[in-house]
Amino acid sequence: MTDTLTPVLTDNWDADRAWTLASYEERGGYAALDKAFAMTPDAVIDTVKDSGLRGRGGAGFPTGMKWGFIPQDNPRPKYLVVNADESEPGTCKDIPLMMASPHTLVEGVIVSSYAIRANTAFIYVRGEVLHVIRRLQRAVQEAYLAGHLGKNIHGSGYDLDLIVHAGAGAYICGEETALLEGLEGRRGQPRLRPPFPAVAGLYASPTVINNVESIASVPSIITNGAAWFAGMGTEKSNGFGIFSLSGHVTNPGQYEAPLGITLRELIDLAGGMREGHELKFWTPGGSSTPLLTPEHLDVPLDFESVGAAGSMLGTRALQLFDETTCVVRAVLRWTEFYKHESCGKCTPCREGTWWLTQTMARLEKGQGDEGDLDLLLDQCDNILGRSFCALGDGATSPISSSIQHFRDEYLAHLTHGGCPFDPAASTAFAPVGAPA
Amino acid sequence: MSTTDKAPEKVDTGLVTLTIDGVQVSVPKDTLVIRAAEQVGVQIPRFCDHPLLDPVGACRQCLVDIPDAGNGRGFPKPQASCTLPVAEGMVVNTQATSEVADKAQQGIMEFLLINHPLDCPVCDKGGECPLQNQAMSNGRGESRFAERGGIKRTFPKPINISAQVLLDRERCVLCARCTRFSEQVAGDPFIALAERGALQQVAIYEREPYESYFSGNAIQICPVGALTSADYRFRSRPFDLVSTPGVAEHDACGAAIRVDHRRGKVMRRLAGNDPEVNEEWISDKDRFAFRYAQVADRITYPQVREDGELRPASWTEAFAVAARGLRDAGAAAVLTGGRLTAEDAYAYAKFARVSLGTNDIDFRARPHTAEEASFLASHVALSGDVTYADLEAAPVVVLLGLEPEDEAATLFLRLRKAAQRGRTQVVSVASHASRGLTKMNGRLVPAAPGTEVEVIGSLKDAEHGVTKDAVILVGERLAQTHGALSAAADLAAGTGARIAWVPRRAGDRGAVEAGALPNLLPGGRPLTEASARVDLGAAWGADTLPAKVGRDGNAIVAALAKGDLGGLVVGGVDPDDTADPAAFRAALDAARFVVSLELRETDVTRVADVVLPVAPVADKAGTFVTWDGRARSFDAVFANPASLPDLRVLSGIADELAAIGHGRPLGFRTVAEVRDEMQSLGPWDGARPALDAGKAPKPVKAPRKGETAFALATWKQLVDLGSMQDGEEHLRATARRPVARVSRASYESVLGMLEAQPGGDQLVTVTGDRGSVTLPVVVADMPDGVVWVPARSFGRGVLAELASPGSTVTLKGATS
Repeated sequence: MTDTLTPVLTDNWDADRAWTLASYEERGGYAALDKAFAMTPDAVIDTVKDSGLRGRGGAGFPTGMKWGFIPQDNPRPKYLVVNADESEPGTCKDIPLMMASPHTLVEGVIVSSYAIRANTAFIYVRGEVLHVIRRLQRAVQEAYLAGHLGKNIHGSGYDLDLIVHAGAGAYICGEETALLEGLEGRRGQPRLRPPFPAVAGLYASPTVINNVESIASVPSIITNGAAWFAGMGTEKSNGFGIFSLSGHVTNPGQYEAPLGITLRELIDLAGGMREGHELKFWTPGGSSTPLLTPEHLDVPLDFESVGAAGSMLGTRALQLFDETTCVVRAVLRWTEFYKHESCGKCTPCREGTWWLTQTMARLEKGQGDEGDLDLLLDQCDNILGRSFCALGDGATSPISSSIQHFRDEYLAHLTHGGCPFDPAASTAFAPVGAPA
Repeated sequence: MSTTDKAPEKVDTGLVTLTIDGVQVSVPKDTLVIRAAEQVGVQIPRFCDHPLLDPVGACRQCLVDIPDAGNGRGFPKPQASCTLPVAEGMVVNTQATSEVADKAQQGIMEFLLINHPLDCPVCDKGGECPLQNQAMSNGRGESRFAERGGIKRTFPKPINISAQVLLDRERCVLCARCTRFSEQVAGDPFIALAERGALQQVAIYEREPYESYFSGNAIQICPVGALTSADYRFRSRPFDLVSTPGVAEHDACGAAIRVDHRRGKVMRRLAGNDPEVNEEWISDKDRFAFRYAQVADRITYPQVREDGELRPASWTEAFAVAARGLRDAGAAAVLTGGRLTAEDAYAYAKFARVSLGTNDIDFRARPHTAEEASFLASHVALSGDVTYADLEAAPVVVLLGLEPEDEAATLFLRLRKAAQRGRTQVVSVASHASRGLTKMNGRLVPAAPGTEVEVIGSLKDAEHGVTKDAVILVGERLAQTHGALSAAADLAAGTGARIAWVPRRAGDRGAVEAGALPNLLPGGRPLTEASARVDLGAAWGADTLPAKVGRDGNAIVAALAKGDLGGLVVGGVDPDDTADPAAFRAALDAARFVVSLELRETDVTRVADVVLPVAPVADKAGTFVTWDGRARSFDAVFANPASLPDLRVLSGIADELAAIGHGRPLGFRTVAEVRDEMQSLGPWDGARPALDAGKAPKPVKAPRKGETAFALATWKQLVDLGSMQDGEEHLRATARRPVARVSRASYESVLGMLEAQPGGDQLVTVTGDRGSVTLPVVVADMPDGVVWVPARSFGRGVLAELASPGSTVTLKGATS
């Protein structure tokens, strides 16, 4: 295990016009194609399996295994769908990646599609990020013109069409079956499973849905070998990942490092917390992962260790909050987000987020009593694991974890008759050294 | 109609055994846990689940604990039992035995109620509301949301999603039953969920309201009071209603209904549950059209004509006047509509033979032919080869002169279900691909009126897949083309396919079986068989029965006009339904004596010499025989002593006739007595007569020179101006807009190279030998030189005011 950065996906981000095909090829881009085409598709799948790459979208499901689920004897076409609907509060890795180096993703799409024998692939991009959509579309156009996409790619006899599809601004479409609904032109609401997408996904055909970062990691695995990748990270969480630090940290941004790095190391790399302040709480992987506190600073950021600490690695969206932040206020903002984004299909998420928001808002104003905390926890218990998809589960994480770690702060709102914090103190424009 | 036969015991039962609340139960593979639990007597609360809709798992009310999924491992969290199939060895703990499941259900119920208004006291669903009931059984008494100052989501209320259906959005629990029904069952996806989160709501596309022939079913399966009908909203409370099972009287499908009534008045009708017939669905006409029996022109007492005016009379006087009049009028005939119960039809059939001594009786109040009468005797009477379930098993169903969505709506739903499953191909011989056919993924074999014989002949070709497993459904309209019924019978005989006749009216098939035809006696007995006449005569205690084949409806009309017939007994015939309404009216005028048995004032009662009121279906017991030969009996909803069934009225006249030396008493006075008599008579067990197509009629006259001739195709739409929909303004408002349909080439030949308006805003005037009509014209994929118009959607209808179906009409562009 190493404690230094391992720039692979982010390696070329500082190159001049890194998003252009010329820049990407100058650094050896699209070389993984020929190497992959020289292998059988199954050998590509095996390489990815051997690398131990696990889904970078949050759930951490082994990517190679997912590809292996595609029934190759099914006569219907196979599809690869890249989930680029990055919308989780705090999560900001895929969009910078597609902005800085869209060809890394396109190359990954070609190799991955080849492996699963798909001749059509889609990138479903969050609709709000028009600049990224344009950059992706241009990259795909360049790839077509250069013969990396289209018919008989690199003379291999393999054909692939890649379509960049813009979403319409719904967080739920990051849920893979809702994404498929959206891609098919329907309302984005999750589908009943089974059938699973590997058997009947897009247009009822076998479909692999992978996160941007997972797919973007594939070319480097093909180029450098499974052992190279597996040599990084921890025992069960191989390889590297982009850690996105945001919030009260001196140099927020994307830090690419092996899995298993700790937050303490990352904060050091980022120049420490905001000057004069200290860490109060943080999310390891976006707002849907339960909050952690400074006592978890040395937890290795891999799937197993973060899970053992009571949270989830998620998307490695490390949102850092210092002592000026009111946890109740922060959690209320997230809860409002989930209420706004609940698709409405199932009762606990639709009605639960409606109610949670009201309870949280009252608590932030100092209204209510300690029984409201128990009520909140009971509501969370009635949502968690009862919802149709994980959106409802995610909505409960910040609430139940914040009550677990900061119950006294909730109570302080009640005794104080409102929020005891100065909301200005947590802002970016707060004067340095402002009192908490 | 349940079968008592048990399935034979099999070694491999295909059953899966699991344990629910400690009770072992074996259920068929793929059964959902929620329904397996019903087998052990546990009702898991549910909203979105419906056994006839695809599972969706949206409401999450049916959560149960699964400590063992059958593989030794349990689910860590409660599972929705409406989407989870059973597995061998699975262990399920419901709310009855599991605190986890109970808490999960209580939690969901609490969530459902936070945004649900507490307006049960004014809500139509209150008292029969699954949400209300299950909130009591599986929820908490007090609202933690309300007591802590929660603010409910509200909407302005209500909104019309069609002329008939109203939506109270704040009551909706978003179970998606209505949207799934409309899409999956009716094929009318005009409603869909829109918006998201708690603001999600059922919505319509602004330019296309929810105009479905089956929208009432969505109201019925709504588990809350979100969907209501304009027809029933705020009319009554469910606990004030008395429910009586019934059978829908609007078509030959025999859909089971439930009649809800209060103090002698029908308040609403709901779909009954009969898996073999209508499953749980009925058409909006079956559901909403019942006020025709409550309208102002209902006849409530007997009347006799005196000095040219009708005046009230006692029953005894009316019977005597009718009997004397019929005696004095000379030879008399009987015309009945197609709306009679089998018992009433039997009474008319017996009355004609025994009291009037004639076979001049015909129930076909519509264009008809001698070929059809022969076909009814040879292929329809006593047949029961095809059932609803057979349609789902058939690889091909051929529709000949039948538009199921308009003419047999329950049958349409079953056909669509079969087609949706992908095992049944519907093939329709028609003028154009109707919306109903499109919804069944059906294939059109286009046929201009008059060309059906050749087109049906071509169905023998292998490409159409008409094999011995196929089913041929013949509509009553096929009789309009000479030879077409014979061609259909030939197709069945040549391929081994089974054939069934699907009339449009509820009483038609029963009238065939009861012998209300000039060539058939009751029980399918061919009139031409001497032994049949003898048997029947003996059973009826009559010395002889008239042996000569009687006149059919057309011939009766002609004979009245000529004076060969003098008396006429008419039971429920609308002149505008007959082949030639003007000729029918002239015959009424020419008749020396007319006895009318009617529900409401009509053009017949206005000229009749004796008018005798008869009971609507709600006031009498009876039987409708469905297109698949199923006897659908029902009891009277109301015991109304002033409301007599036709058979009782006929019995009264027969008594008077017998008293003056004509015929014999009929020997019955009640429905039960008629049923007993029909039962003991039994069906004919001899040979069936052969089909005789008879002579071809005179060819229709050619159009005048210089005019483009169009062949007229027509049928009645489900919701139209039919008199049994009178009094139902909301239902009528959902009717499809009447349009004329022509091919693109025809359109251009009539209107020039104008761009066809998709909405049909261009008008065209269709002119026939009886009048003309101006309608919006739309282009359809159909043969050139054919125009289709709805038969009863304007004025007095096609037969009265345009032309005879299949005849030649002309078209001309028109401006409004």
